[in-house]
Amino acid sequence: MHNGGKIIIGLVIFLVLITFPIWYNVANDRAGYSPEIEKAARGENCVRDSAWMRAYHMDLLNEWRDQVVRQGSRFESAAGGAAYEKSLSSTCLSCHENKDKFCDRCHDYLGVDPYCWDCHIVPKEVQP
Amino acid sequence: MSVERRKFLKLAGLAALGVAGGATGRVLAEDSPAVDTTPARASDTDSPRAPLTAKRWAMVIDVTKCREQANCNDCQAACHVTHNVPDFGNPKDEVKWIWKESFEHAFHDQENEHLPEELKNTRTPVLCNHCDNPPCVRVCPTQATWRREQDGIVMMDWHRCIGCRYCVAACPYGSRSFNWRDPRPHIKQIQTEFPTRTRGVVEKCTFCEERLVRGQLPACVTACKHGALVFGDLEDPSSDLRKLLAERFSIRRRAGLGTQPEVYYVL
Repeated sequence: MHNGGKIIIGLVIFLVLITFPIWYNVANDRAGYSPEIEKAARGENCVRDSAWMRAYHMDLLNEWRDQVVRQGSRFESAAGGAAYEKSLSSTCLSCHENKDKFCDRCHDYLGVDPYCWDCHIVPKEVQP
Repeated sequence: MSVERRKFLKLAGLAALGVAGGATGRVLAEDSPAVDTTPARASDTDSPRAPLTAKRWAMVIDVTKCREQANCNDCQAACHVTHNVPDFGNPKDEVKWIWKESFEHAFHDQENEHLPEELKNTRTPVLCNHCDNPPCVRVCPTQATWRREQDGIVMMDWHRCIGCRYCVAACPYGSRSFNWRDPRPHIKQIQTEFPTRTRGVVEKCTFCEERLVRGQLPACVTACKHGALVFGDLEDPSSDLRKLLAERFSIRRRAGLGTQPEVYYVL
């Protein structure tokens, strides 16, 4: 290979640089880091199982959106019998009341930027 | 050629460094946000009232009652607060769901120069007519607006609106407003129960669909102390709305267009 040594050295340097965040975290003992989200301030049960919610809450919210807006079905009775509203700002945030520590912490870590809050309002962020 | 390749490789190297640096920055910036100490807000989702339902929602506006209260603007004030309607402070960007219009503007095909003075000077509340044959729905390319089959309300799905403004052009009543700018800083008093809109979205009256499902009448009807706004089921012959329509002469705005507007005006 023409200039093989230089190319290989260059590639090694490139790989080291691009994986720098990984080395950096290993060196700082944060290799297994995952964000800690705040537990619900009230409420016994979530509308679904927690593990399921962690993985699929975005699908549930999309489903709620279509049911509420397009089918006009706003309320749903939970397994226990109490009806709840299919609402992000009224239902989800009434238990998980700190958006910064519940939604944002995980979303920031994963680098996702949902646009829910462009329109929907975080009750606590509004000055009365 | 070789110079260009060198330049390209340099740029690629810099870009790789940038990506690595950005990722490191994100890790370094990780720290816990300030603790929020404001008291908890009670949930307002408990025990919903039975929803109000109808085969065909409609409204009658008693202009004779409205005429006596020339300076009253309660319906608009209540509606715009309830629905987080922004006030940009200039007519060019104006967003409105219900507002008052002069007789010749509201009913320009009925207008003539010899009408009684009191009629000419009347300012009439106007809003989305929730047409049976809505032209806005025909032109919407994304079905962000549609006519609900169960009760005839012409709905808006703000998630789906792409801001093309075909509906604004199609509506013969001027009932649709476009958000040319970010509305949120221009809302005086934000209601947490109702969303705001974003820039690039069309909005209009939805006959308070979100209140009906909670068993409440539309905000404008509740706010009118003079009983000028009557809301009810057009398909129910025993409703107050049908009785009023049977007793008094009523007109609709631009009925000749064939849109079948469902807001009636008693003069």
